[in-house]
Amino acid sequence: MAPQGEPILEVRDLVKHFPLTQGIVLKRQVGAIKAVDGVSFDLHRGETLGVVGESGCGKSTLAKLLMALEKPTSGSVKVNGEMVDVHKGSNLKKFRRNIQMVMQDPYTSLNPRMTVGDIIGEPYEIHTEVAPKGDRRRKVQELLEVVGLNPDHINRYPHQFSGGQRQRIGIARGLALQPEIIVCDEPVSALDVSIQAQVINLLERLQNEFGLAYIFIAHDLSVVRHISDRVAVMYLGKIVEIGKDTEIYDRPSHPYTQALLSAVPVPDPEGRETRERIILQGDPPSPANPPSGCRFRTRCWKAQEICAVEEPLLQIRPGTDHESACHFAEVHDVVHAS
Amino acid sequence: MSDTLTEQKPKSEKPPKQKKPASLWSDAWYDLRRSKVFIIAAVLIAILVVMSIIPGLFSSVNAFDSSTCDLSIARQGVSAAHPFGTDNLGCDTYSRVIYGARISIMVGVFSTLVTTLLGGLLGLLAGFYGRWTDTILSRLAEVFFAIPSTLGALLILAVVGRENAGIWTVVLALSVLAWPMVLRIMRAAVMSSKSQDYVIAARALGAGPGRIMGRHILPNALAPVIVVATMNMGVFIAAEAALSFLGVGIQSPDISWGLMIADARNRFLQAPEALLFPALFLSITVLAFVMLGDAVRDALDPKLR
Amino acid sequence: MKNPSVDTHLLPADSGTIGTEPLLAVDNLHVEFGTRAGVVRAVNGVSYALNAGETLAVLGESGSGKSVTAQAIMGILDMPPARIPKGEIRFRGTDLLQLSESQRSQIRGQQIAMIFQDALSALNPVFTVGWQIAEMFRVHKGMSKKASYAKAVELMDRVRIPAAKQRVNDYPHQFSGGMRQRIMIAMSIALDPDLLIADEPTTALDVTVQAQIMELLAELQRESNMGLILITHDLGVVADVADKIAVMYGGRIVENAPVHDIYRNAAHPYTKGLLDSIPRVDMKGQELYAIKGLPPNLLDMPTGCAFHPRCPFRQDNCVTDVPPLHEISGTRSSACHYWREVLDGTAG
Repeated sequence: MAPQGEPILEVRDLVKHFPLTQGIVLKRQVGAIKAVDGVSFDLHRGETLGVVGESGCGKSTLAKLLMALEKPTSGSVKVNGEMVDVHKGSNLKKFRRNIQMVMQDPYTSLNPRMTVGDIIGEPYEIHTEVAPKGDRRRKVQELLEVVGLNPDHINRYPHQFSGGQRQRIGIARGLALQPEIIVCDEPVSALDVSIQAQVINLLERLQNEFGLAYIFIAHDLSVVRHISDRVAVMYLGKIVEIGKDTEIYDRPSHPYTQALLSAVPVPDPEGRETRERIILQGDPPSPANPPSGCRFRTRCWKAQEICAVEEPLLQIRPGTDHESACHFAEVHDVVHAS
Repeated sequence: MSDTLTEQKPKSEKPPKQKKPASLWSDAWYDLRRSKVFIIAAVLIAILVVMSIIPGLFSSVNAFDSSTCDLSIARQGVSAAHPFGTDNLGCDTYSRVIYGARISIMVGVFSTLVTTLLGGLLGLLAGFYGRWTDTILSRLAEVFFAIPSTLGALLILAVVGRENAGIWTVVLALSVLAWPMVLRIMRAAVMSSKSQDYVIAARALGAGPGRIMGRHILPNALAPVIVVATMNMGVFIAAEAALSFLGVGIQSPDISWGLMIADARNRFLQAPEALLFPALFLSITVLAFVMLGDAVRDALDPKLR
Repeated sequence: MKNPSVDTHLLPADSGTIGTEPLLAVDNLHVEFGTRAGVVRAVNGVSYALNAGETLAVLGESGSGKSVTAQAIMGILDMPPARIPKGEIRFRGTDLLQLSESQRSQIRGQQIAMIFQDALSALNPVFTVGWQIAEMFRVHKGMSKKASYAKAVELMDRVRIPAAKQRVNDYPHQFSGGMRQRIMIAMSIALDPDLLIADEPTTALDVTVQAQIMELLAELQRESNMGLILITHDLGVVADVADKIAVMYGGRIVENAPVHDIYRNAAHPYTKGLLDSIPRVDMKGQELYAIKGLPPNLLDMPTGCAFHPRCPFRQDNCVTDVPPLHEISGTRSSACHYWREVLDGTAG
C-alpha cells in the first residue's frame, strides 16, 4: 500500500533518556541511558512500518513512547495532526482510543484473574462512550469472532487457552476501541513456529478489513519483510536507515543493515558454503555511553576518521534511493549476493 | 482469502483443563477441598469457632457466671462431675477451657483483621506509588518492625496498666507491632505485579490508578497476604496466651487459656490436668491455623504445583 | 572412524559407521513424567544416530520432546518425576542407561557436554568466570590452581573473548549475553568432549551475535571433530549448519533426513507445513501458509498419528494407526502413512 494523504502519525525528534543516578538520599545524575535519541518518521493510514534492530537499540522504548507509557525527554508525537500531551488527561484519553498495542508475551499480557470477556470488555469500561453498557457483551463476542475464537468462550480464563489463542485475545483487546494505529511489539516471537503464520495472517486480514496502520516491531527480519510496507532499522537509539521494504532488503546502503541482513540465517541450505556473511565483531556499545560521531563506527569495517567526528544524518545519499545515516552509504545487496 | 475465517478458527480445540473449574480462585478452592491438611484444620477451626460463639453447646456449666464456682470444691482432681477437675476458686476447669476459646478466637480474628487491613492498604499504596510514599511508609514500618514483638507488646500493656487491660488492649498491642509485616509482604507482591505486562496493557488502554489497583494489581497480589493472615491468626492466639500468662494481657474474671495456665503452674505436680488441658487446647488451636495457612499457601501458589 | 581428513558430512550419514557403532545412537527412547494431572509421555520411541564430526539438528516446537531427549542423553533429568521405561542411549557402543550414576558423571562433562539457552542462569553468579572454567580442570583433571587458571585463560582466548587475561576474574553479570554464551561454550569444551549438545544456544541472542556464536561452534567442531547435536526451532539456523535433521512432533521423530533433502522436498506434512509457512519474498502481500490448529496437548494426545488433527493429507487410518518410521532411502525416513503423496505434493 502506497502512503497517501496526510500522515496519521508524525514522530519528530523523539528522545528518551533514562537518568542514571548515584547516591541514596541525595540523588545526583551521573549520566543517562540514551534509549531513544532523536527518532523521526511518519506513518500513513493503512500502512505498516516495520522497526528492526537488536536488543538495546531502543525499539521497545520507542513503542512505550508511542503508547505514551513513558514521557519523552523531548520531541513530539502527533496523531492526525494533533499533538499528544502526556500531561493532559483528556487529551491522553482521546489519544488512546486511536492508538493501541499488541504485546509480545501472551502469557503475561493477560490478567490471569479476569475472564476473557472482562479482558476484552475492559476498554469499554474505561471509555464508556464507545459502547453502551447493554451492548458490550455482544461487542466482545463479535471481537472474539473477528480474531477467530469461539464467542461462547467469553467466560473462560486466559490459562484455558494456548499461546496462539491468547495472542488473539490480546489482539481483540487492542481492536476494541477501533483504533487507527496498532503498535505491535514482537507480536509473534513468543509463539511456536507453526502458530506464528496464523497470527501474521490474522494481523494482515484485520489491517485490510479495518484499514489499520501498524508499527510492527520485531527482530525476525523475514516476518518484518513480509508484513511491512516500509522498514526502519535502528541502532543504539537512532534510525540508521529507513525506506520501502524492497529498498531496505534488496538495496541496503547502511553497513549495519547489510550486516544484519547477512547474519539472518536463510532457511535454505543450497549454496550455504558460498553465501556472503558479514560477521560483526563484538557487541553493541552501551547506550549509556555511545561512541562519538557515528554510533556504529566501533563495529564498522568502513569507519574512517570522519565517522568519529561528525554524526551522519539520516538523509538520501548519492547513489541510493532512500535515507540512510552513513557517510559512506553504498548499495550492496547482501541477500542475493551469492 | 475467502476461507481465512473458517481456516483459522480452531473449532475442535479443547482447552487443556476442561474438567477443572475455571478461575484461579476456584482452582485453588478445588485444590483445597482435596487437601487432607485443609480438611483437618478446617474441621478443628469450625469446632473452635462454634465453641467461641455458643459455648453452651459443649458445656452445661456457664463458666462466665461466677456463681457456678464453689470454693468448697476448689482444687479437686478429675471426676465425673468435673472431667478436668476444678481450679483454685472451685470453678469447673472443663467449662472454663471451653469458654476460654472465645477470647482466643476474638483476639486472633480482630488482630488479623486490623493488621491485614492496615498493613494491606499501606502496602498497596507504598508498592503502587513508590517514590516518597514508599519511602515514608516503609521507614515508618521499619521503626515498628525493629521492636521485638513480645517485648514491645509487654511494654505497651505495661504502660496501659492492668486496670485498663482487656481484649481490646491486647488486640491493639499485637496489631501495632504486626502490621509492618503485612505491609512488607503486600508491598513486595504489589511491586512485582505492578510491572507485569497486563498492567502495562491496562495503562495503555487508559485505565486510572484506582482501576489498575483494584482490578489488576490487588487480585494478583492478594494470595501471599491471605496466607500470612491465616498463619498470623495462630501466632496472635499464642501471643495473647503468652501475654495473659505474664499477667499483662487478659485479666480475671475474663477467661483466657494463658491465664488458666498461669493459675495452674504452681500446682502442676499435684494437678497436672489443670495446666495440660488449656495448654492442649491452645496448641491445637495454633496448630490448626498454621496448618490452614500451609494448605492455603499450597493451593494459592501455582509455582509449588 | 575418527579420521579428520574425511569430511564426514559430505558422506551419506551411515557410510562412516559400517561395521562400527556411531558416536551416539539413541534407540527407541521413551521418557515419561508422572504429574498430578496424569502421566505425560514426553518422548515416545525416539531414535537417532550421530557420527563424530557430524551436526545433527533436532527441530521441534515446545513440547515436542526435543529437549527432554537431550536431557536424557546427558543424564540430567530429574528422576522422578521422569522415568525412562524403554530404550537405549548408546555412546560409543555402551548403553548409558545401564551405567551407574558415578560412571555417568565421569562421561558427563568429559565426553558429553551441553550448553543451554540461558547462559546467565547456567553460570553461578557468585564465582568469577575464570574460577568456574578452572574448576573443570581441578575437579576432572586434578590440576593445581595456577595451572587450571592458565588453562581457563587459554580457553577464553579460544572462544574469542577479548582481553581474556584481564577478564578472567570478572563475574558472569559483567559480560554481555553473547560473551556469556561464549563462556558456557568454553566450559563445555574444556575437557575436549566427543559430543556437544547445544539446546537452543542462540535463541536468546540477537542475530548478529547468533552469527558469531554459530561460527564459533562450527570452528570448534572442525578443530576437534566433535559430534554436535543442535536443538532448535529455527529453520534458518538448521539450514545453515546441520548435516542431517531429525524433526520431532508430539514426542516422536516424524522425519529424519540429510539437510539438503528436507529443504528440497519434505516427506512429512508437518515438516512441509513448517517450510511452507516461512515468509518468502515472492509471497509478499499474500497470505502465509499456516498449519491450522494447535500443537498437541501431551496429556491428551490424539490417537493414531499425533499430527492428524492438523494434517491436510489425513486419511481415515491416520486417526487409528500410529505411522511407523517408513524408510524412504538409506538416509531418509518419514513417519507418515502417505509420505509418497507428501513428496509428490498431492495434498489429500
